Amino acid sequence: MSAPRRPAVAPALDLAALVEDRETRIIVCCGSGGVGKTTTSAALALAAAEAGREVVVLTIDPARRLAQSLGLVELDNEPRLVETPGAAGELHAMMLDMKRTFDDVVSAHSTPERAQVIFENPFYQALSSSFGGTQEYMAMEKLGQLRASDRWDLVIVDTPPSRSALDFLDAPNRLSRFLDGTMIRLLTAPARAGGRAGVRLVGAGFSLFSRIISKILGGQLLNDISAFVSALDTMFGGFRERADATYQLLRQPGTSFVVVAAPEPDALREASYFVDRLSTEGMPLAGLVLNRTHPPATTALSATRAEAAAEAVAEAGGPGSQLAAGALRVHADRMTVAAREQRLADRFTSAHPEVPIRAVPAAAGDVHDLDGLRLMGEALLAAEADTGTGTPRSRVLPLRPTAG
Amino acid sequence: MTGKGGTGKTTVAAALALSLAADGRHVLLVETEGRQGIAQLFDTPPLPYEERRVAVARGGGEVKALAIDVEAAFLEYLDMFYNLKRAGRALRKMGAVDFATAIAPGLRDVLLTGKIKEAVTRRHDGRPVYDAVVVDAPPTGRITRFLNVTNEVAGLARSGPIKAQSDGVMAVFRSPLTAVHLVTLLEDMPVQETADAIAELTAAQLPVGSVIVNMATEPLLPAASIARTAEGRLTATDLLPALTAAQVPAASEVAEGLAAEAVEHARRWVAQDALRGKVEALGRPVVELPLSSSPIDLGCLFELAERLDGHLRTEAAA
Repeated sequence: MSAPRRPAVAPALDLAALVEDRETRIIVCCGSGGVGKTTTSAALALAAAEAGREVVVLTIDPARRLAQSLGLVELDNEPRLVETPGAAGELHAMMLDMKRTFDDVVSAHSTPERAQVIFENPFYQALSSSFGGTQEYMAMEKLGQLRASDRWDLVIVDTPPSRSALDFLDAPNRLSRFLDGTMIRLLTAPARAGGRAGVRLVGAGFSLFSRIISKILGGQLLNDISAFVSALDTMFGGFRERADATYQLLRQPGTSFVVVAAPEPDALREASYFVDRLSTEGMPLAGLVLNRTHPPATTALSATRAEAAAEAVAEAGGPGSQLAAGALRVHADRMTVAAREQRLADRFTSAHPEVPIRAVPAAAGDVHDLDGLRLMGEALLAAEADTGTGTPRSRVLPLRPTAG
Repeated sequence: MTGKGGTGKTTVAAALALSLAADGRHVLLVETEGRQGIAQLFDTPPLPYEERRVAVARGGGEVKALAIDVEAAFLEYLDMFYNLKRAGRALRKMGAVDFATAIAPGLRDVLLTGKIKEAVTRRHDGRPVYDAVVVDAPPTGRITRFLNVTNEVAGLARSGPIKAQSDGVMAVFRSPLTAVHLVTLLEDMPVQETADAIAELTAAQLPVGSVIVNMATEPLLPAASIARTAEGRLTATDLLPALTAAQVPAASEVAEGLAAEAVEHARRWVAQDALRGKVEALGRPVVELPLSSSPIDLGCLFELAERLDGHLRTEAAA
């Protein structure tokens, strides 16, 4: 038996320093779906604007009421100024329209006549509106555009709601590899000069495949793809180059990733994969936002003791005893939840001891207006030790409980 | 079974399968998203593309589980309609299956729903093999497109085996054999998405079943004090006398914190309770499942199954 190891203590994540640093030009908020990425991005953006930055936040799929509160009612795929009275800087917000962004890429690299041919291609229509990976690709594309514009000195991006946080990094490449890929070239070969030789090279297996594909998917689809790919070829040097260029943006100095996770096993597992991936790619990670935690207002009474006290109070009776017993049960529950959340956070930290953490307590309701965002922004940026409960903001429970 | 991500639809689907398997019945629980969530839930090794027993229910019933592998389903399909089993292996090696499902995303759903329909209609000795098939389906945002296969293949095939097959699938999905249940939490977004999904399903003539409110909590404070507490009208001085009378240690130190936590608890509960009205307004039968304080295990699934069973009986009687 080995002695129990002292758990690693996560460093504190200083988001105030991150957004105030003029060198920070891009912040990417990522994480698995349903952890509050959009709200975190918007709250961070508002806080940055209040700290004097000229900020644009690119949201992907905001909840309706949050979108309204940011003035995102018109879907014109362009940033809109958000009224933030008293802010030293400016906040702009936009919601990604992936089809529009794709159309713009096509228009920008083509003559109006050629663009029209592409727009009318049924495969392009499917690709630009529902293809897996298009949303991620276009989010990166838009990020590149916003960064290239001198209008803003900080771009904050929310990432598309996918099951895996890694999709944001992988999908654009997957898509471009697919569009530039051998398979699609071979498949569309009959429409291209010299294509036949290629088909002969790969042999009978392929022609069988080609036959099946056209039998199942229909010959028309293959023709559409073929026409689309040759139209693209004349347009620019292929999708892969373009995706690569945008991908490189994420490696530039001035880019920071903020990984968002809820204190749940699945979300933290995803966060863990993502953190590993960022470090392999040499992409700078600012830290982990542990969103919607439940830190108790006091830790002077453990769950077990609170439970026992609730019984004692209820038995003693008298005015207010039911209410006090209820409050003690609320606290017992809260301590149990907090202990579970802290355990999950500790597990993450033991795998990634170097990753700074900021825990953000759950709001009582959904965040759907500027006031809600401002409160969340405060929880994101406030000083590590200012909670007044003895629990630092990097944790859900203090390092050493003050009572057993 | 559908629901917004994070609402626990896999758990609820598993509980429903257990509840339907009571009294010696045979139920198939199908996973469509390749996450191996069912295996995790029943604490078994990852499921292969094969129907495996994962639980035995009351009265000798059983739940089998199947994680549909799109690639395997594709090859099965090629074999069935084109007699191409051997070619299938070569295609798999070339990555052709990935490719085909990538250029035609609808194909994926056609394969998944085709397999589901096959399980529903499979017969042995003149009797259905399964008394019920429970599908852990894609989330609310995608459910209508997933089930509305005819629409999906409209662009793929106007005639031939795919068209014929999708028509058969659609006939089953639109029939009284099918019910699409929706899992929600008492939170704004999931309730809104549930409402949207019901509208879309109805427009596509797909039969909507019950709304299942998952992870519902009970208020821990006396009902009479909730409204007042939620307004923030609870302070340390309201709690101190009772705490001191019962000799709670460090009463004065913790009273303020207790009051703050009670206020937050009451506010959260009031916000949730307000959404109950919205859920009722959806006009579907509603059943609530309690939040489990411990991680979900088999025992927990049986408890949830019992709740669902009660609900199903009431619905059947009505």
